[in-house]
Amino acid sequence: MTESNQPEKVFKTEEMVLNMGPQHPSTHGVLRFELTTDGEVMTKAVPDIGYLHRGIEKLAETVGYVGFMPYTDRIDYVSAMTANQGYAMAVEKLAGIEVTRRAELLRCTASELNRISSHLVGVGSFGLDMGASTPFVHALRERETINDLLESLCGARLTYNYVRIGGVSHDLPTGFIDKAMVFLNHFEPIVGELNRLLSDNKIFIERLANIGVISKEDAINYGLVGPNLRGSGVKFDVRRDEPYSVYPELDFNIPVGLGKAGTLGDCFDRYYVRVEEMRESAKIVRQCLLKLKDLPEGDIMGKVPRKIKPPKGEVLVKVESSRGEMAYWIVSDGSDNPLRLHCRTGSFTSMGIIEKLSRGMMIADLVALIGSFDIVAPEVDR
Amino acid sequence: MDTYLPILIMFVIAGGFAGAFLLLSYLLGPKKPTDSKLSVYECGLNPVGSARERFSVKYYLVAILFIVFDIEVVFMYPWAVNYKNAIKDGHGAYMIAVMGVFFVMLVLGLFYEWRKGAMNWSNQA
Amino acid sequence: MQPFIDQIISECEILQGLPLWFSYLIFQLIFCGIIFVFVAVFAMLAGYAERRVAGRIQSRIGPNRVGPQGILQSLADGIKVFLKEDIIPTHADHILFRLAPYFIFIGMFLSFVAIPFSSQWVIADLDIGIFYLLAVESLVVIGIVMSGWASNNKWSLLGGMRSAAQIVSYEVPVALTILLVVMYSGTMSIQGIIMAQGAAPWNWNIFQTPFLFVAFFPLFMGSLAEGNRMPFDMPEAESELVSGYNTEYSGFRFVIFFFAEFSNLYLIGALATVLFFGGWQAGPLPDFVNGLLGIETPLSAAIVKNLVELCVFMFKSLCLVFIVIQLRWTLPRVRVDQLMNICWKYLVPVAFFNLVVMGIWMVVVPEYVTDIVALCMTACGVLLLGYFFYRVAWQLKNTKARLRFNPLS
Repeated sequence: MTESNQPEKVFKTEEMVLNMGPQHPSTHGVLRFELTTDGEVMTKAVPDIGYLHRGIEKLAETVGYVGFMPYTDRIDYVSAMTANQGYAMAVEKLAGIEVTRRAELLRCTASELNRISSHLVGVGSFGLDMGASTPFVHALRERETINDLLESLCGARLTYNYVRIGGVSHDLPTGFIDKAMVFLNHFEPIVGELNRLLSDNKIFIERLANIGVISKEDAINYGLVGPNLRGSGVKFDVRRDEPYSVYPELDFNIPVGLGKAGTLGDCFDRYYVRVEEMRESAKIVRQCLLKLKDLPEGDIMGKVPRKIKPPKGEVLVKVESSRGEMAYWIVSDGSDNPLRLHCRTGSFTSMGIIEKLSRGMMIADLVALIGSFDIVAPEVDR
Repeated sequence: MDTYLPILIMFVIAGGFAGAFLLLSYLLGPKKPTDSKLSVYECGLNPVGSARERFSVKYYLVAILFIVFDIEVVFMYPWAVNYKNAIKDGHGAYMIAVMGVFFVMLVLGLFYEWRKGAMNWSNQA
Repeated sequence: MQPFIDQIISECEILQGLPLWFSYLIFQLIFCGIIFVFVAVFAMLAGYAERRVAGRIQSRIGPNRVGPQGILQSLADGIKVFLKEDIIPTHADHILFRLAPYFIFIGMFLSFVAIPFSSQWVIADLDIGIFYLLAVESLVVIGIVMSGWASNNKWSLLGGMRSAAQIVSYEVPVALTILLVVMYSGTMSIQGIIMAQGAAPWNWNIFQTPFLFVAFFPLFMGSLAEGNRMPFDMPEAESELVSGYNTEYSGFRFVIFFFAEFSNLYLIGALATVLFFGGWQAGPLPDFVNGLLGIETPLSAAIVKNLVELCVFMFKSLCLVFIVIQLRWTLPRVRVDQLMNICWKYLVPVAFFNLVVMGIWMVVVPEYVTDIVALCMTACGVLLLGYFFYRVAWQLKNTKARLRFNPLS
């Protein structure tokens, strides 16, 4: 220690190889990281994915266009509605099916409600990763109400299978709009409550500020999407930049990271973008509900042929899922099964940058980093 | 010595109960060991290497720091006990002055280690 | 304990026939047994209370099935644990693996020997009591490091190492703070420290000088860290280290770690109460109760007096325990380097500074000024408490209750 001003260079001990996952509380599912650590500080963390690979994309080639819809629920079970919607939109574009306006509004309402519930899980479990268990339970408490709402809408609480090719499965149940309005009035202050409990907490901010900083360029180069991309200050949202469904007529903001706690693009920014997005989603749901109220009763399914046999060709459709841009690529050979289906998801793209960011991090920071990406393991592997 | 006897009694009671409980749990519990049950938990995979390798030196630095500081703090206790009486006798200023030298040395030591980075755990700070 | 036993012996004729050392031994055995049972029951109830408080905070119910309001939940868990398989990993160091829980268990109970529950009810009123507490509490660290190392599990090892670094580091500010109190009271005996304070808040150590008030925080944070409680529960940080040093433990061995954690909860409260909140000092309350009950005999009067003091001590320490529990369910966990920074870069310098300034203060400032300061500090303390309750009321008013939809409508 007397020889150098940098003791960590003098005292180099043997590195320890640690397995974090597949069975670990903070990998958000069956995900594995191989950590090389020197005490608490990691030299690198390599994500090892594939533990949850179920071959969903391959299954699409045998179950047919309609039959694949329930599988999309399983790609991202926390935000199944957007996964449904993306797939439905892809097939509709491929087969040229028109969707009624009522169905679009219903899809939008359901998706945004689902986005709120997904972000609640993301924000809550991020708090749990940081050791704060109460915000998690509070967040899940609110999510429960959304689950109730969506259950009354489509009968399922997690894997909705609500969106159908050409429309949606159920129209609004009686009293849904009023109930949802009550919920939104209740929920908007709740976000402030969560902020008071978690986001404004000094320890929480100190844990996240300047950790896992992703610059704008890196975020784009590594293909980050959704809140992770916006956390780095890139104002890109599929809903606004490549609008689909009824989003062009809705009024909402795209929250981006501002470097509120430390550097732009740190874990806190990514976290806070989600918090803000919940508010925006609530705004969107409100607008959709008002539009639905004014809309006369009508068909919820467009004109869908009995057997969906899209013409030869391929299609790439993007939607903004809760974890960011979710792209479906379908190649059709004109038969009743897709020739190839690929689904690009937000959690998967965020795995790439982890190794780069993890150098010199502490183990606790890696937990923060993974949590800030809001990874859902089945979405990584599909 | 009388006042210390209860400590011995407590030692025996606590140790005895701990042993008894563990024995009881040994007798009552099932005993069906399997290889994977007896293997070490490493997040579901087979453990790679042993955990008992040379470990990060930072922990030992903390231990050394502790030994230095705690022992010096312990040295101060006799002084602290007599300090109040010394003030009554009018030696307070002398006592604090003498101890002040010791304080200064301790604080200098702390400052030195601070500057040397012995307390820096992460590379980011 | 001695005077109390003497009093019992002088009242009880059967005991007078026995040799004195024998009755002493019997009584000490009985009292040790009582403390043992107390700690065991407290640990169970603390486990239950923690879960209930957590439930309340997290807007859920918590355990409420076993016994009235679920109060026997911990007992049921304990019985269940007896029936669990006792697993020792093949590659673990068997001797150390088995030995570690003993260290923790015994260390925990030995600390309770020196806790004064009332003016006479303290098992061992040692001259160096506070020192003894510091020493014995460190036994737990050895147990934790042992368990972490013996498990041959990397997560456990990391947890054990963290724990050692953490507990050992926070020992320094805690020792410095205790030194400050020892300096102010002029004694290392726990009873002496309590006796030097008084029943009224302005006689408590915490409100004596601004420095003692500041010194409370290093002590409290240090105790939290040494007890592995929430903002500092590094060693068992479940989201990072799976479960920390006790990952490989099962069955009753595992329970011992939890047991230690929950009994430590009480030690945190008791230590702070002793050092800063006047311990069992009840002022005229015992005489008042005695007068109310019309008790004449000296032995009964002594018992009532001690009981009243016990209640006062319990009330103070349990209030602190409640705060500690609430902290756990409110705060996120700090990172391990921040933990070390807080200790070495904030708490230790603050404690040093306090010590020096307090030493000078004691020499320079005359007695009557101290009294005035104490009164002012108490007023400030009451104001702070008032502000705290105002904030709590504000939060309660602005907290949204759970939204419920009737599923049938």
